Amino acid sequence: MPLQVNVVSAEREVWSGEAKQVSARTAEGEIGLMANHTPILAMLDEGRVRIAQADGTTVLIQADEGFLSFDRDVVQIVARNADLV
Amino acid sequence: MGAQLRVYTQKIKSAQTTKKITKAMELIAASRIQKALARVHASAPYARAVTRAVSAVSAHSDENHALTTERDSITRSAIVVLTSDRGLAGAFNSQLLREATELKTRLENEGKEVDHYLVGRKAVQFFEFRRRSFEREWQGITDAPTAAVAREIADAVIESYNLGGAEGGVDEIHVVYNRFVSMMTQEASTIRLLPLEVVEADEVGDNEALPLYEFEPEPDNVLDALLPVYIESRILNALLQSAAAKQAATQKAMKSASDNADNLITDYTRLRNNARQAEITQQISEIVGGADALAS
Repeated sequence: MPLQVNVVSAEREVWSGEAKQVSARTAEGEIGLMANHTPILAMLDEGRVRIAQADGTTVLIQADEGFLSFDRDVVQIVARNADLV
Repeated sequence: MGAQLRVYTQKIKSAQTTKKITKAMELIAASRIQKALARVHASAPYARAVTRAVSAVSAHSDENHALTTERDSITRSAIVVLTSDRGLAGAFNSQLLREATELKTRLENEGKEVDHYLVGRKAVQFFEFRRRSFEREWQGITDAPTAAVAREIADAVIESYNLGGAEGGVDEIHVVYNRFVSMMTQEASTIRLLPLEVVEADEVGDNEALPLYEFEPEPDNVLDALLPVYIESRILNALLQSAAAKQAATQKAMKSASDNADNLITDYTRLRNNARQAEITQQISEIVGGADALAS
């Protein structure tokens, strides 16, 4: 089952779509999220979030000062400034 | 042409010119409302996500966070006043400043000192004209408020709040802004920003139970990081609503100005017709009188 990913910044929705895997750097280290992960809310460390889509392409997102939440296969990446790279 | 007639023609011309301008401003405002509303909607997912996250963490953390705890004695309060930079918006700014003044009086009656944080040129002019003091001001940003400005305002008020009333800071913070209710209605409203009352997620239209998140790092640290973001998003929302409300108020004001110009034009046209008719009647009676005098 694919993940539903939404990336939002303070002023707009940056990206949304389905993905196979999402990996990011949180305050405590690298995290990789796939379907059926336990619900988590993590503060993001400054840096890039990689969204691996089902067709093999990767979407890179630069997210500054934000957090990431995962619940029931919905990933939300929320950052004040977020942009596609 | 008689003198009276010329005066009326002049007045009609002047009303027509004014109407052209107000009509143009009305149309410009109408198109800007849409843009401003689009920005309010665009920022909604962020606000919703932040609110949800804060509710989830605060349900987990039993520690009383400094930003959410009511202080025992409140000696100083701050009012953040969100006006616009430009006028020509009817009662938009005056109703807001009235609301802010009422709030100030109420707080002072409760024995609190009041600091002001002003956003928008109109508020600054209002305070400078009356020689009232204020802490900080932001001008020139109300047409298109950005997240960066919201952050600056949030940082300033949180800093003052953390300092506390005894040290020259404040113990509570209110925000007065024009809420965008509909195209026709903008309401001056007051929210208390700090100490925070977190609006639970279900009030935002989310009825599902909050998930049992694992937190990274500890819940308390997450809360520390999220609360300022939450405050910031509420300020940004207020700024964006105020911007949309300003355009709606301008449109309304310019519409009634155009309507009034229309009425003036109608009235003066009638008067001009009367004057012209009177002139003709007079000329006829002069001719008839003159002919009579010659014939007799």
